[in-house]
Amino acid sequence: MGRFGHTPYSQSRPTGCTLAPHRQLTRWLFQLGIVCLLIAPMQAFCLDEFQAAIDALKTKSYEEKTTAAVALAKINHPKVLDVLNAFLNGNLYKQKKTNKLVFAQKLEGGGFAISDPTTGVSLGEVRRRHVSKIGINNRLRRTVRGLVAGLKLNQPEPEGRIAAARSIAASGVAELQSVLETQREKETEPKVIEALDTAIVVFNLDAQDEVIRLNAIEKSAKNLDGQVRIKLTAIALDKDMSEDLRIAAEKSLHAIERAVSRYKFIETLFFGLSLGSVLVLAAIGLSITFGVMGVINMAHGELIMIGAYTTYVVQLLMPNHPELSLIIAIPAAFIVSGLVGIVIERCVIQFLYGRPLETLLATFGISLILQQAVRSIFSPLNRSVASPDWMTGSIEIAHGLSFTLNRLYILVFALFVFAGLLLVLQRTRLGLEVRAVTQNRAMARAMGIRSARVDVMTFGLGAGIAGVAGVALSQLTNVGPNLGQGYIVDSFLVVVFGGVGNLWGTMVAGLLLGVMNKFLEPVAGAVVAKILILFFIILFIQKRPRGLFPQRGRSGES
Amino acid sequence: MSITQRIKEDVGGRWMLSILAIAIVWVPFANLVIPNDSAMYVSTYTVTLLGKYVCFALLAISLDLVWGYCGILSLGHGAFFALGGYSMGMYLMRQIGERGVYGHPELPDFMVFLNWESLPWYWLGFDMFWFAMVMVMVAPGVLAFVFGWFAFRSRVSGVYLSIMTQALTYALMLAFFRNEMGFGGNNGLTDFKEILGFSLQSDSTRIVLFIISIVMLAFGYILCRLIVTSKLGRVVTAVREAQSRTRFIGYRVEHFQIWIFTVSAMLAGIAGALYVPQVGIINPGEFQPLNSIELVVWVAVGGRGTLYGAALGAGIVNYAKTTMTGAFPEIWLFALGALFVIVTLVFPKGIVGFLQRLKYRAYDDG
Repeated sequence: MGRFGHTPYSQSRPTGCTLAPHRQLTRWLFQLGIVCLLIAPMQAFCLDEFQAAIDALKTKSYEEKTTAAVALAKINHPKVLDVLNAFLNGNLYKQKKTNKLVFAQKLEGGGFAISDPTTGVSLGEVRRRHVSKIGINNRLRRTVRGLVAGLKLNQPEPEGRIAAARSIAASGVAELQSVLETQREKETEPKVIEALDTAIVVFNLDAQDEVIRLNAIEKSAKNLDGQVRIKLTAIALDKDMSEDLRIAAEKSLHAIERAVSRYKFIETLFFGLSLGSVLVLAAIGLSITFGVMGVINMAHGELIMIGAYTTYVVQLLMPNHPELSLIIAIPAAFIVSGLVGIVIERCVIQFLYGRPLETLLATFGISLILQQAVRSIFSPLNRSVASPDWMTGSIEIAHGLSFTLNRLYILVFALFVFAGLLLVLQRTRLGLEVRAVTQNRAMARAMGIRSARVDVMTFGLGAGIAGVAGVALSQLTNVGPNLGQGYIVDSFLVVVFGGVGNLWGTMVAGLLLGVMNKFLEPVAGAVVAKILILFFIILFIQKRPRGLFPQRGRSGES
Repeated sequence: MSITQRIKEDVGGRWMLSILAIAIVWVPFANLVIPNDSAMYVSTYTVTLLGKYVCFALLAISLDLVWGYCGILSLGHGAFFALGGYSMGMYLMRQIGERGVYGHPELPDFMVFLNWESLPWYWLGFDMFWFAMVMVMVAPGVLAFVFGWFAFRSRVSGVYLSIMTQALTYALMLAFFRNEMGFGGNNGLTDFKEILGFSLQSDSTRIVLFIISIVMLAFGYILCRLIVTSKLGRVVTAVREAQSRTRFIGYRVEHFQIWIFTVSAMLAGIAGALYVPQVGIINPGEFQPLNSIELVVWVAVGGRGTLYGAALGAGIVNYAKTTMTGAFPEIWLFALGALFVIVTLVFPKGIVGFLQRLKYRAYDDG
C-alpha cells in the first residue's frame, strides 16, 4: 500500500525543522510507521472479508444466505448497510459474465443500470438476461430487516432507534440480542430504553434458560407490544412447556388484557368526548337562538357550512400559510356567518316572532336556498381543507394508547368557545339583556331593553358561533354543500335533550350523547347505535318534556 | 247536521270533488279511447304522473287534518306514508314469486342475495292481498298510536313534538337502510310484476290504479271533512286554539290528539300504498326528513286548515317540481326555498286564504 513510506517522509520534512528534541521525533515517527503498517493490511483484510461475505450471498440455499447475511452484518465496513438494503429491496443481482455481485436499478426499457457494491462505481447498462437476481423470501427478509435495524441502532434520532429496536424484535435474529443489550447500557432516552427493554424481553421469552424466560414473562405483564403478546400466547398454549411458565404466561396475558381493555375504555371515552364536542359546537349557537327567541332555525346547519366554506376560501387566498389561515378563518367565519344570520333575521325572522312553526318552515326554505347557492358557486363536489402540521398526527399517551391531535384540539377548542360564550352571557351588557329577554320578553321591554336589537345581536351571535363550528368541522371532514344537513337533526336533539336556553344543559347533553354513541357503537354497530340514541331521546323527552335542565320560573310555563 | 248537508256547505270541497269526478271520467277516456296522435290524448306516463299527484294530495290532506285542525305539526308524516308503501311493496314482492332473477319460489331476490334461508316472520302473510291491505293501515296506525301515546300523554307539544317526529322518521330511515332489517336495504323493494294477477305494466292496470287513487282521495277527503265538522272535530279545533283551556273544561285532550294522529297516519299509509304500485319502487329515501318537510310546504302553500287547500297545494307544488326539475334542475331548490319563505311571510293562509281574501274584498267593494 502506497501510504507506507510516503506519509512519514512527507510529514517529517516540516517537523524536522522544528526545535523538538530529536529523539522524541524519531519515536513519534516510528510509532506512526507502526500504526500505518498495521492499518494497511487490516484494511486489505477487511475488504477481503467484505468481498467474501457478499460473495457468500450468491448461494442458492436460503439457509446459507441467512448465515451469509448475518456474517456480513458483523463486518465493520461502510457499505454493509447499502448491500443489505439492496438485498432487502431486491436490487442485488449477480452479473453472469463476471460472476460478481452488483447493484442493479431497473431501467424503463427493460435493461438494468449496474454498479459495483464496494466502490459505487457505475458499470454501465446490461440486458435483463445478463444478470440474475439474488432471491429473497419473507423469512429471510425479516432477518435482513432486523440486521439492518441492528446497524441503525446507533443513529442520532430517538424515533429511528425506537423503530430499529422494534424491527429487531420482529426479526427474531438471536445474534442481535447482544447489540440490543449494548445499546441499552449506553441509552439515555427513556422512550428508547422502553423500546429496547421490550425488544430484549421478546428475545428472552424465547431463551432456553427457564429462569431467564420466567423472568421475562413476569416482566412482560402490562407490556402492550404485539410481539410480546404473540410469544406469551404461544407459551401459554404450548403443552411442552413447564407448568410454571404456562401459569406465569397466563397471568401476564391477563394483566395485558386488563391494560388493553382499560386503554380501550379511555380511547372510546376520548372518541365519545370528541364526537360530543363537535355536537356541542354545532348545537350551542342553536341553543342561544332557540332559547332567546323561541325560533327554530333550520338554516343553522347551513350557517355551519358557510363557516366551513369560509375556512376553505381563506385557505385559497393564502395557500402558503395553512397555520395562519386557520387562525384567521376563525374570526372570518364568525363574521361571515354572523352577517348572514343577521340578514336572515332582518329579512325573514323578525316578521315571524311568536309563530315558531312558521319560522321553522321559512328558515328551512332559507337553508335550501343557501345550499343551492353554495352548490352553484363552489360546485357540488366536496372540497378538502388542509390541516396545519401541528394538527396532524397523534400524541402517544402510553404505548398502545394515542389520541389523534385534530380531535384533541377540537375538544379543547369547543371548551374555549363554550367558556367564551358563557363569559359573554354572564359578564357583558349584551349577555344581561339576552338573559332578560329569554326569561321574560315583555318585562324586559318594560324595563327599557330594546328587544328587537337584542334579537338581532343574539341571532348574529348564534350564527357566528355556528360559523366557528364550521371551522372546526372543516378539520374533520370534507367541506361540501350538505355538510350542515347532517348536523341539524343531531343539534336539535342536543338542545332539546339539554333543555332549551340552557348553555350548561347543551354542553352536558352534547358530551353525554357523544359518549353514549361511541360506547354503543362497538356493541350494536354504528347505525343501530344512532337509532338507539334517537329512540332514547324520544323516550326521554316523554318523561321530561323540558330536557335535562329545564328552565324554572314563568318562562318555563308557556 | 246530515252528511249531505255538511258537504253542501263546503264550497271548496264541492269544487274539488267535481274536479275529481271530471278527472275520473275524462282521463281514462282520453287515455284508452282517443287515438294516440290526437291532441286530446293523455299518455300513460301522464296518467301515472297524475296518479302520483293524487296520492300526494291524499297525503297532504292527512297532514292537514293534524296540523290544520289540531295544531300538531308533524315533521315525520313521510314515515307513515313510507310504511304504507312498504306494506304494499311487500305484497308486490311476494307476487313476483319465481320470476325473480334468482327464481326462488318464496324469497325475494335481495334475501337470496343475502343468503337468507327463509322468510323473516314479519314477511309472513304478505302474500295475501287482504292481509297486506290491512297492514297498510295497521302498520302506520300502530306506530302513530304508540308514538302519540307517549308524546301526547306527557304533553309534549309544539316545537318539541315537531323535532321528535323528525327524529322518528330519521331513525326509521337509518333503520330501513340496513340490509339486516329485511326490507331490501338501500335499494328498497322494486321490480314488481303484477297486482292481483294484473300486470303492472299494462295501460288498463294503470288506469284502474288511477281511478282507485281518485276514489280513495275523495273518500279520504269526505272522511276528514266529516271528522272536522263533527262534534269531535270541534273539540279538536278547540285543542288547536287553546289546549290548556280545553283541558280545563274537562276534555281529555291527549285522547283526541292520539285519535286524530292515528287516523291521519292511516290515511297517509293508504296514500303510500297507492303510490308504490304506480311508481314501481319504495326505498328508504321516502323516510328522509326532507320529504316530510316538503309535505308540510304543500299544505302551507295550498292553505292549511281547509283540507282541499292541502290537496291543491300538493298538486301545484309537485307539478312545479316536475316541470322545473326537468327544465332547470339548478333552479328548483332556489324556487322551493323561496316558496317556503314567501308563503310564510306573505301568504300565511296559502293560496286558498289568498283567494278568500280577494273574494271578501270584492264582496266588500260590491
